[in-house]
Amino acid sequence: METATQTKPEIAVSLRDVNKWYGEFHVLKNVNLDVERGQRIVICGPSGSGKSTMIRCINRLEEHQAGQIIVDGIELNNDLKNIDQIRREVGMVFQHFNLFPHLTVLENCCLAPMWVRKIPRKEAEATAMEYLERVKIPHQAKKFPGQLSGGQQQRVAIARSLCMKPRIMLFDEPTSALDPEMIKEVLDTMIELAESGMTMLCVTHEMGFAKTVADSVIFMDAGQIIEMNTPDEFFNHPQHERSKLFLSQILGH
Amino acid sequence: MQAFITRETLPSLPPPSTLKGPIAWMRQNLFSSVGNSIVTVVLVLGILAALIPFINWAFIKADWIGTSRDDCTSGGACWVFVYVHLKLFMVGLYPESEVWRTILVGAILVVTMAGLMIKGVPFKKYIQIFALIAFPIIAFILLSGGAFGLPHVETNFWGGLLLTLVIAIVGIVAAFPLGILLALGRRSSMPIVKAICVVFIEVWRGVPLITVLFMSSVMLPLFLPEGMEIDKLLRALVGITLFQSAYLAEVVRSGLQAIPKGQYEAANALGLTYWQGMYKVILPQALKIVIPGIVNSFISLFKDTSLVLIIGLFDLLATIQGAFASPKWLGYAIEGYLFAALVYWVFCFGMSRYSQRVERSLKTTH
Ligand SMILES: Nc1ncnc2c1ncn2[C@@H]1O[C@H](COP(=O)(O)OP(=O)(O)O)[C@@H](O)[C@H]1O
Ligand SMILES: [Mg+2]
Repeated sequence: METATQTKPEIAVSLRDVNKWYGEFHVLKNVNLDVERGQRIVICGPSGSGKSTMIRCINRLEEHQAGQIIVDGIELNNDLKNIDQIRREVGMVFQHFNLFPHLTVLENCCLAPMWVRKIPRKEAEATAMEYLERVKIPHQAKKFPGQLSGGQQQRVAIARSLCMKPRIMLFDEPTSALDPEMIKEVLDTMIELAESGMTMLCVTHEMGFAKTVADSVIFMDAGQIIEMNTPDEFFNHPQHERSKLFLSQILGH
Repeated sequence: MQAFITRETLPSLPPPSTLKGPIAWMRQNLFSSVGNSIVTVVLVLGILAALIPFINWAFIKADWIGTSRDDCTSGGACWVFVYVHLKLFMVGLYPESEVWRTILVGAILVVTMAGLMIKGVPFKKYIQIFALIAFPIIAFILLSGGAFGLPHVETNFWGGLLLTLVIAIVGIVAAFPLGILLALGRRSSMPIVKAICVVFIEVWRGVPLITVLFMSSVMLPLFLPEGMEIDKLLRALVGITLFQSAYLAEVVRSGLQAIPKGQYEAANALGLTYWQGMYKVILPQALKIVIPGIVNSFISLFKDTSLVLIIGLFDLLATIQGAFASPKWLGYAIEGYLFAALVYWVFCFGMSRYSQRVERSLKTTH
């Protein structure tokens, strides 16, 4: 058994027959997914198909009602210790950044390391500056989020997550609230992150990004994963009717 | 259609200048039209007509210093009444020889508050800790005595402004954390916690303060075991604190509701626990939003403290009423009430201005 696990790639996130309902509404239907460590997965699909819900289940912002979710070897259940442990290892970037407006950029980045990981302020600030440099906004450290552009805010949000040194990163449409000229700076940051070997699950419709970094693309519709393929195959030869329809819509006419 | 292209970049110009100065301001705002001018003149005359006799009575013809009503001869306001009773109005029946203790507490309070409010004073954090933990203990020991060689002064002797401030400050400070906990509890996902908080808040909010005070002074002793007695002031303080915390809870809750869900989610996603997220992320933002509401409820509590008269505590207003009801000073109610109004106004206006300053200084661009 030991040798078997060594040859098998390590699984970072595993969803087994995950089901979820919002009241009567069946929002996730038998979702199965294995993400290996270091893999980059892009998730796309029409609005309301359950993409956000699925990745929000991975760090328990939403609770699934049936099936099994294992993150980093820990099962997500009602055990609060497990939830805390998983949230430490999983970073998340939101569509609307969700920076803390009453804290400076630097304070945003240091808050969780200091309070969750109990790292001393000096050290946390040094780490934060390192990551702010990586996302190319070290000189804005003393500003408040409201003083930054959308693209800068999203890069701060990415840096804030990275400061917790997560092993897995979740992105929920990180560029869809941005003006077109700012999308690239955020995507570049994400590409760099992907190249550093981070395990990533990204909900996004940026095909360029998917083609550059994704190991596979997942297409969701009505709460189901209905197609999963390499980006090349998926974008050039979609198999499912609904994937074809969706791609023809986002590619325009 | 004609294609269009421009090669020159337009320079940025300053905005057109508007008229400045007091004369221009008056022209624009007070005398912009015939109708406006008439309204201005009528209002100014009306205000003068009302104000001049009052100023004449209250200041010009007034008597300020003396020892008895016989010193009031000029027919204006008799401030001698206030002058003679000043000690009574400030500290009630607090023993003459011990009054310095109340003054010392007041001085420490003023210095501490100044340290907290004035920008640029260092060690704010330590001053805060002092204000919240050390000061109440020091103030209690000084006022109540019975330790360090200070003679004990029973709360029965506390009165006047001293009592008003003790009730208001204890009510405000003690109700604050309780109100926050109640607000959080009311939004809790745990049904029992939520139910307890809802019931608590709604019961206290549904009862007038005067009833609460009556209950605390008349009914509470009925439920206590024989022979056990709780200080009257303490009972009133507990009642007022619980009452105030219910109001505050609703104010704080409205602030919590205004915080976008994304803030809670970001805090959770970063691994902060519920309490960490509340303390560092949600409450600082929520409380900032509701500063006006909080101050409002504090101002109304400050004024409501005058209701303690009905359970036999003699706060500022009660001592003043007592003084002008005494045969020696009959007929000076107006002076008494004006003085009370002035003191209440100074404190309430101060709170209001301070809250505006805090609001402005907390304003970060969104
Ligand atoms: N808190 C909620 N309560 C009820 N329904 C919800 C809730 N959140 C999302 N939904 C519904 O679940 C479906 C999937 O939502 P979501 O996962 O956000 O879709 P996507 O991210 O793919 O656009 C949508 O139909 C949405 O209306
Ligand atoms: Mg979504």
